[in-house]
Amino acid sequence: MITAGIDCGAQNTKCVVLRNGGILGRAMEPTGFEPARAAEASLAMALRQAGIAGAALRRIGATGSGRPVLRIAADRVNPVRAMAKGARHFFPGARTVVDVGAEEGRAVRLDDDGNPVDFAVNERCAAGAGAFIEAMARALEVTVEAIGPLSLQSNREIPMNAQCAIFAESEVIGMIHSNIAKADISRAIHDAIAGRVASIVRRVGLQADVVLIGGLARNPGLRSSLARQLKGVQVHVPADPEFGAAVGAALAAAG
Amino acid sequence: MVSANKPECWRWTESSWRNPDLDWCTARFVTVGIDVGSVSSQAVLVADGRILGYANMRTGSNSPDSARRALRSALDAVAMPPDRMDGCIGTGYGRVNVPFADRTLTEITCHARGANFLFGPGVRTVLDVGGQDIKCIRCDEKGRVTNFVMNDKCAAGTGRGMEVFADLLGVPITEVGERSFEFTGPEPAAVSSTCVVYAKSEAIGLLRKGWTREQVLAAYCKAMAERIFALVERVGVKPGFAATGGLAKNRGIMDRLMRRIGLERLPTEWDAQIAGALGAALFAYDRCLKGGD
Repeated sequence: MITAGIDCGAQNTKCVVLRNGGILGRAMEPTGFEPARAAEASLAMALRQAGIAGAALRRIGATGSGRPVLRIAADRVNPVRAMAKGARHFFPGARTVVDVGAEEGRAVRLDDDGNPVDFAVNERCAAGAGAFIEAMARALEVTVEAIGPLSLQSNREIPMNAQCAIFAESEVIGMIHSNIAKADISRAIHDAIAGRVASIVRRVGLQADVVLIGGLARNPGLRSSLARQLKGVQVHVPADPEFGAAVGAALAAAG
Repeated sequence: MVSANKPECWRWTESSWRNPDLDWCTARFVTVGIDVGSVSSQAVLVADGRILGYANMRTGSNSPDSARRALRSALDAVAMPPDRMDGCIGTGYGRVNVPFADRTLTEITCHARGANFLFGPGVRTVLDVGGQDIKCIRCDEKGRVTNFVMNDKCAAGTGRGMEVFADLLGVPITEVGERSFEFTGPEPAAVSSTCVVYAKSEAIGLLRKGWTREQVLAAYCKAMAERIFALVERVGVKPGFAATGGLAKNRGIMDRLMRRIGLERLPTEWDAQIAGALGAALFAYDRCLKGGD
């Protein structure tokens, strides 16, 4: 059966086309101010990449914060279910799944069979989401792509006082003025966001295996800081972590 | 980082004031209170329990320097030499960095005492909205603190949040309050995001939809008022409501907040931003009367 999953996030809309669990095509579009159009565009691109006509699609599952406005999808998939299914697809032993996106962070604990038993969400505060890294990268005058690898060059631990992204920005500027190396500041930034993410994880209870998905899973600085915060528990990341929830939505649509 | 050609809308003018009716030469005790906040620092000079003069300056990256600068500006305003001071108390977030203070007190204690002076003994609720935190303080007729709540973890509802919006919309911070009433049609709904980072994205979306800057300011002032109201409610409001701190000067927030609370705020002829430093100076005066140094 061929299904599609669309994850309409705050920043990007991700689409995958699956046949019996195998990824045939995938695409990503900025969500912008028109999520429905981003969803249609990403679906068209993913279908083209898969070499499949739209008529061959059996079902479309939609998830992410923009899912209510996606009329092209018949199934609305709860984000917790999507992330659970997506993570299990890549790592069958997953018991704790963490999804960190541009504006939200989520953790869910699964039972042996992969059913969600508890979850926690942060969707109101930038401190535990990609928006935090973006704001800090701007203050530090490095790109979001560069800031993660930069933090790995440091082994100095500088605690940040501020949790709030707005206050943390002033703190970062203060560090720059105190001539602290950019790598060390970057490390402090990643330790700070990892601390927020780890606190969501602890709310649901940490259990191995831990899987990290979402756009922020691409950031090696966050991966390394989070592993430290979770007392060295290995954090598994799939090859294209930003598509994790979209894969889950496509699997949910397949039933 | 601020680029060279972009106007800095968060900036405001530093000021100082001298009481023309008082002279430090004839005073028995002249005491000083220094409030080093995250954004502004005040120095208030008190002569035998009356306000002699004060200065309101920006806090720099170095707290001791900010404290010294505020003191120097207040001393210059009344033309008094520093060795004439009989006592000095530091307060505020940078209070441990006031090198010339005899002791320190928390800004909660000082704001309650200062508000009692500025607004009279009828004050029972003091709302202090500063650059980096919000405090709501309940106090008695002597200005003693009976209870308080505070938010210092999140920029939502604080002066810093308002600065971010002033910069985003290119409206000077001192004009934000008035401009937030300059629109036609019904009052817009409050910005729905709590987090300032997300509220900013929401505001950009509203501007794209064709909202005027004034409408967006109205929506954000309303959101600030809602946020502050939630905190105020936790401590419970009693009539005799006084607003201190920098944001007391923003009518856009304060009028909307008072409408929500359903009370009028107490009037004062004084600059309510000096409440913390004034309270500290009054406590220093108490110490002089008791003979302690």
